[in-house]
Amino acid sequence: MSAADWEATAYLRRRHGQVLAEASRRSRAARQVRGRVFGALAALGMAASLFPLLDIVELVAVHGARALSAAVFTQVTNGVSGGLQNAILGTVFLVALGLAVAAPIGVGAGVYVAEWSDARTAAALNYLTDVLVGVPSIVVGYFGFIVFVGDFGWGFSWLAGSLALAVIMLPYIVRATELALSKVPLDLREGSLALGVTRARTVHAVSLPFALPGILTGVLLAMGIGIGETAPLLYTASWSNYNPSLALTHSPVGYLTYVVWTFIQEPFSTAHSLAYAAALLLMAGVLAINLVARQWLGRRGEHAA
Amino acid sequence: MRGERADRLYRAGVGLLAGAVPVALGAIAVFVLVDALPALRYMGLGFWTGTQWNLGNQYGGTTASQNGVVAAAGATFGILPYILGTLLTSAVALAVALPLGVGAALFLSEYAPPRLRLWLSSLVELLAGVPSVVYGLWGLAVVVPAVAGGIGPWLSAALGFIPFLRGPVGTGLGLLSAGLVLAVMVLPLIAATARDAMQQTPRALREGAVALGLTRWEAIAGVVLPTARPAIFGAAILALGRALGETMAVLMVSGGSINLLPTNLYGPVNTLAAVIASQLDAAFTDATHMALHALAGIALTLFVISLVVNGTARLIVRREGAA
Repeated sequence: MSAADWEATAYLRRRHGQVLAEASRRSRAARQVRGRVFGALAALGMAASLFPLLDIVELVAVHGARALSAAVFTQVTNGVSGGLQNAILGTVFLVALGLAVAAPIGVGAGVYVAEWSDARTAAALNYLTDVLVGVPSIVVGYFGFIVFVGDFGWGFSWLAGSLALAVIMLPYIVRATELALSKVPLDLREGSLALGVTRARTVHAVSLPFALPGILTGVLLAMGIGIGETAPLLYTASWSNYNPSLALTHSPVGYLTYVVWTFIQEPFSTAHSLAYAAALLLMAGVLAINLVARQWLGRRGEHAA
Repeated sequence: MRGERADRLYRAGVGLLAGAVPVALGAIAVFVLVDALPALRYMGLGFWTGTQWNLGNQYGGTTASQNGVVAAAGATFGILPYILGTLLTSAVALAVALPLGVGAALFLSEYAPPRLRLWLSSLVELLAGVPSVVYGLWGLAVVVPAVAGGIGPWLSAALGFIPFLRGPVGTGLGLLSAGLVLAVMVLPLIAATARDAMQQTPRALREGAVALGLTRWEAIAGVVLPTARPAIFGAAILALGRALGETMAVLMVSGGSINLLPTNLYGPVNTLAAVIASQLDAAFTDATHMALHALAGIALTLFVISLVVNGTARLIVRREGAA
């Protein structure tokens, strides 16, 4: 028996000893009742965790389905009525440009962390990436307001909104890429290197294709997060009743989450319908993306940021 | 050697991209700090200890100078109510979500049959993907009326001997509603992390406990929970970080009070994040721009709090090798 084994056994004995001593102080019936009570509490916790999800889905599906009509897709918002075409297109524009910026940078950064950096640098970069995930999105929004809207003089605009979203999405993509690459089997990598293939070629031809599903999953999850964000956009993209144009700067852009937030607080039923329609579109989009991402990866938990 | 040069180029390229994360963090810190400085100089420590947020006289064209910076006459920016509101809403959220989340994790890890477990786990994780404005919408439509018409009056009747839990309950827009919505939002994070940690309990440890004749619960309480405890602690702090920084859902159900210290569990509150989101339009009207600098000061405060909380949580979670 190795020292480690011995230590583990000693630990087991100690732990089990304590549990046994405690159990022996109670009657058999009391022990069983205790077990039932705590089992029931666990089931209660499970039910309490599931109820909100089912209730949210039901609320949004029922009210949203009633509010959906062709006009939602063909008209732009007009005050607190009309349709959601401008908001739908705006969300697509903002997330698409944000991803176009965040995905290449994030994948590149993930490749560096997984393939080139030494253990210390990798740990530091991973740590900073996790910390960036935790920065409140309203802080990123205010940063975008100061820098993109103000200092750079872009005004409320597509570009300012997309860059703020890119900051939000970036860390998820970095982590997913790094995680997916770290799962590439060592012999695959070493086989390629042993054949005299350069490091860069190996990453490109061997590691990246192997890690692609995991990376795509990360990009999809980041996309879902981008679609659902509001706070980073309030003061960068602002809001517009018109469809987005291709103007990168000086032209505010509308988006779906804004409709949910503001229209539900209006006293008009047309406004409430539009808020629920927007919520339904958001939920459907985000849930579909999440389901596809999970399916793609085949296993849960690997993408946890 | 062409290959080696390409190798070096590739490495330099991705190395440059890897700088994006530290650069983004650094840029956020520097720009928000610089933008906040005038307000911090104007208010001094009073920025964090003051309870009054007032843009000052916006119509007289009069200005006041204090510590070398200029603001509208009578302007004062104290954010203590929002710091307290942030801490209180998050505390309520954790108090509700932690036991429920650990219970759900126990059920998933220890009680549910494998097939059900997979389904339920996916459902709980889908909760994490719901946009925060949709949580806010649900909060307004379901939680706020429930607090005003049921939970609030019941709590204040049953536990009203504790001053903070005494009524009046009011409209339901307030601390309890915000805390409950936040609790639902952080539940999946706690449940998923705790479940993963519970499932990592060494098999020998579990089997040993059962072989000694212990009941299932005794095995869980004696072996599984102690193993998972550090990860659950880390998850709780991560959840705290998430709750502290949440904007939209809180903005929609908190009642949005200004200059009001919370007096009971039901009354309107406001948080740092929600104030930034709700006060910008007003701040634009301040010709001296001091109100905008003050909002930057709030963003800076929130940024520092989130750095401390998340930084600590990640250190704990990482050291335990979980999540």
